[in-house]
Amino acid sequence: MESIFIEGTQKTPSVKFDCKTGIIEIKGRSIPENSIEFYKPLVDWLEEYAKKPVDKTQVNVQLEYFNTSSSKCILDVFKKLEVIHKAKHDVVINWYYEEDDEDMLEAGEDYESIIRVPFKMIEIVD
Amino acid sequence: MSFSIKDYYENISKGDILLAYKGSITSELINDVLEAVEKRLDDANELSKTRKKLYNVLVESLQNLYHHIEETHEGIEEELDPKFGVLIIERENGIFKVTTGNFINSTKIKFLKEKIDKINSLTKDELKDMYKFILNHQKLSAKGGGGLGLVDIARKTGNKLEYVFHNYNNNYYFFNLIIKI
Repeated sequence: MESIFIEGTQKTPSVKFDCKTGIIEIKGRSIPENSIEFYKPLVDWLEEYAKKPVDKTQVNVQLEYFNTSSSKCILDVFKKLEVIHKAKHDVVINWYYEEDDEDMLEAGEDYESIIRVPFKMIEIVD
Repeated sequence: MSFSIKDYYENISKGDILLAYKGSITSELINDVLEAVEKRLDDANELSKTRKKLYNVLVESLQNLYHHIEETHEGIEEELDPKFGVLIIERENGIFKVTTGNFINSTKIKFLKEKIDKINSLTKDELKDMYKFILNHQKLSAKGGGGLGLVDIARKTGNKLEYVFHNYNNNYYFFNLIIKI
């Protein structure tokens, strides 16, 4: 399988899904009107990756903004990661939020309470 | 006197208006508004927390319009662009006020009113639970709407959602949503 690298735009995040290193990154803004188009290939990729993941999958989510349309797709991404974790592979989700951005921290905690994968909340200090 | 968009728009506010728009709500328009507001807020040295909340509210309220707005308006005599909507962003005594306006079919009012009243009746923790429940249990519509926009707005602003339904004719009301940040 091949890794995915996508540049960010005004409404969509930059994406690195690396199947060799097991590093999965989503960064920037995720506010498209219809997020399914953007996230469907990523969710499909994870389904494929889940069949033969590397020993340790490290997920870095560093979003400045995301809309509610994206929030569901991000949950779908996390649900695929949950499958990998359930199959006794090492997975950790690092959820980054900017200093004082309580809303973003809370959003991470919402996911943490739904998804059974270890989360790490990481504050970005200027 | 009956409701008219022209009079409505002319009398919107005497406050400090950051942006006022009436016309088609398209994906490009949303980009333009977000860019313009972001630039103005950067210049205004606004608190980053407030800036983020306002930005989020704008994204959700504009995309709500984008997803739910009536494509055409049969029986409305004024000349309107397709997907017609109104957006006003103003600032009064340090509080941002975002108002959206759109025509809505009379048959949809009950559902919308009940949804907003329900959201307004909930505490902070209950809103969080509602958000998580919808997030985890409802599928996205084909257009990408998730039914979460209003809940998210109420949660992030911590304020009640204000609204007005102006009767236009038998088939249509003009719906105003007023959000304070």
